[in-house]
Amino acid sequence: MALVQIDNVSKIYQTGEVQVKALQDVTLSIGKASFVTFVGPSGSGKTTMLNIIGCLDQPTKGKIFVGNAQVGTFNRRQRAAFRGHTLGFIFQAFNLFQVLTTYENVEYPLVMIKNESISKRKEKVLKVLESVGMLDQKDKFPDQLSGGQKQRVAVARALVTQPKLVLADEPTANLDKKSAVNVIRLMRDMRDKFNTTFIFSTHDPGVMEEAEVIHTLEDGRLVSGSRKNNVGEI
Amino acid sequence: MIRIFKIALRNLMRYKRRTLLTSMLITLGLLMVILFSGLAGSFKEMMIGQITDSNLAQMQIHKKGYVSSIDTSPLNLTINQKEYKKIEKTLKENSDVEAYSPRIKLSAMLSNFKETTNIRLNAIDPEKEIQVCPNISERMKFSGGNKPNILLKPGQIIIPAKLAAGLQIKIGDSVVLVANNRDGSVNGLNFTVAGIIETLLGPQGKEGYMHIKDAQSLLRMGKPEIIEIALRIKKFDELDNVYADLEFAMAKLKNKKGKPVFEIHTWEKLSPFSNIAQMIDLMTISMKIIMIAIVLISILNVMMMSVYERVREIGTMSAIGTAPSKIMGLFLAEGLALGLISTLAGNIIGIFGIYILNIYKIRYAFGRMDNLLLSPTISFSELAWVSAIILVVSVFATLQPAYKASRMEPVDALGHV
Repeated sequence: MALVQIDNVSKIYQTGEVQVKALQDVTLSIGKASFVTFVGPSGSGKTTMLNIIGCLDQPTKGKIFVGNAQVGTFNRRQRAAFRGHTLGFIFQAFNLFQVLTTYENVEYPLVMIKNESISKRKEKVLKVLESVGMLDQKDKFPDQLSGGQKQRVAVARALVTQPKLVLADEPTANLDKKSAVNVIRLMRDMRDKFNTTFIFSTHDPGVMEEAEVIHTLEDGRLVSGSRKNNVGEI
Repeated sequence: MIRIFKIALRNLMRYKRRTLLTSMLITLGLLMVILFSGLAGSFKEMMIGQITDSNLAQMQIHKKGYVSSIDTSPLNLTINQKEYKKIEKTLKENSDVEAYSPRIKLSAMLSNFKETTNIRLNAIDPEKEIQVCPNISERMKFSGGNKPNILLKPGQIIIPAKLAAGLQIKIGDSVVLVANNRDGSVNGLNFTVAGIIETLLGPQGKEGYMHIKDAQSLLRMGKPEIIEIALRIKKFDELDNVYADLEFAMAKLKNKKGKPVFEIHTWEKLSPFSNIAQMIDLMTISMKIIMIAIVLISILNVMMMSVYERVREIGTMSAIGTAPSKIMGLFLAEGLALGLISTLAGNIIGIFGIYILNIYKIRYAFGRMDNLLLSPTISFSELAWVSAIILVVSVFATLQPAYKASRMEPVDALGHV
């Protein structure tokens, strides 16, 4: 059964009299616990696609279901609640809170969104930090970490609430090749460990190799169907 | 909410420089207010104390119309024995009244047998007067520098310092007082100068003192009459309430035409210093308004800057699912915490400042009075009131930036450079 179902979704941005069609009639489905990437050149609609799936933006046309919820109809507060309880996010620029330590960054969603007790928070944070290999760095601030380490912390923060789906927009764009591959492999390991669906965007061929399902976008359209690595085109 | 407040506090601690600068500004503003309020309040209280406890008393009762013609010291608006008894009964029934003292105000000519000048006199019952104006003797100099047990005996007079200097009168000298009585006839009596009194602010601060029995003789009052009754109450803070009660009671004492016979006034209506006191209050309020403006602008500025600098952070908070209300709550809590920290620091430093001012005693001159000592104090209620205003203003100043933060679209905020 699909975790994400996208039906005929379009997104048009209006800037003055200029219309930009960021997504055009995209239809696809993403299964549970899958490891999926959207690829394509800059401006192809990868970020827009992730934003719409992640309830950060709303489609101009079409329907989008995450789990059983039709997220395109949510209001502002519902979208925030849905993001907090169902989704996890990893950002290209890491977006860690600079004034918080590694531990506090990972703990943040549990405090501000899940309202969990100190003991539960501690247990979850330490477990996820250990999973991403950052337990020994838990008291460091972001500016004391390398790019790869920061993204590991971001992965931990995305996973600590045990979301069904983690969305990562160009998570390796700010990393060197080795770190990029390590982060993607970490994400895949986490998928295996927590059974969480990962959707990420990239234009790095080395990173694409690591994905199990690749969707290619061009000018807002899904151009080449889906391809499964090691399985061939489907 | 406690969690949000803790996070807000942590954010403030981590954004050290910004927090420190804003806190310093607010703390400085609060410090200024505390010191100014303490000094101004001390000056005001001391002056009021000087006036009420050594000359004017806290309240005065007169025959209706006397105060409006007080400058001419009219002798036809007297209170007779029967009326005095009625007033006395009313005063005794009021448990807030501590003491009262009858007085006669008169103008006379004072002569040292060589020169003559006019003098305004306050004829008192010394035993009762000392209960109403306990500090009256502080203004007086007596023979040998020793204060006598009884302030003034019949046949003695205490004259104002300026007048004594002008006529070269010394303690122990004989002088003559000549006064017109109510009928216009003149009478004169010899007196011995028992003391010299320092001048005080206001027309009544330039009066000499004599015994009330002497005044009644000098003015040839067949039956004892008085001009005013000076009052002291048990709690000065209750002045307005006691005044209202007594005013109501006095209004009940009516003449045959059914009109009130007496009038009662607080020191504020009788002394020009009340205008200065009002000015001091106005200046204190102005200082508070300035401080509130400082707090408002500082926090508004710092929180706006904070929101602007933290757009991506706000975008991240929002993207990972923080409810808009919690984002707003977080920024409001930061504003409140900033206000709390600054208020606490301001109060501690302010109280310490007052303590220091009390150690290094400040002496000053006011008008013809010199060597006045300021003992600045500030009440807990004043501190609580000012602190509450700062906290409310802190939250108020944070409202707009906090609202702005909570309304940010995560996509726009995340894309902010």
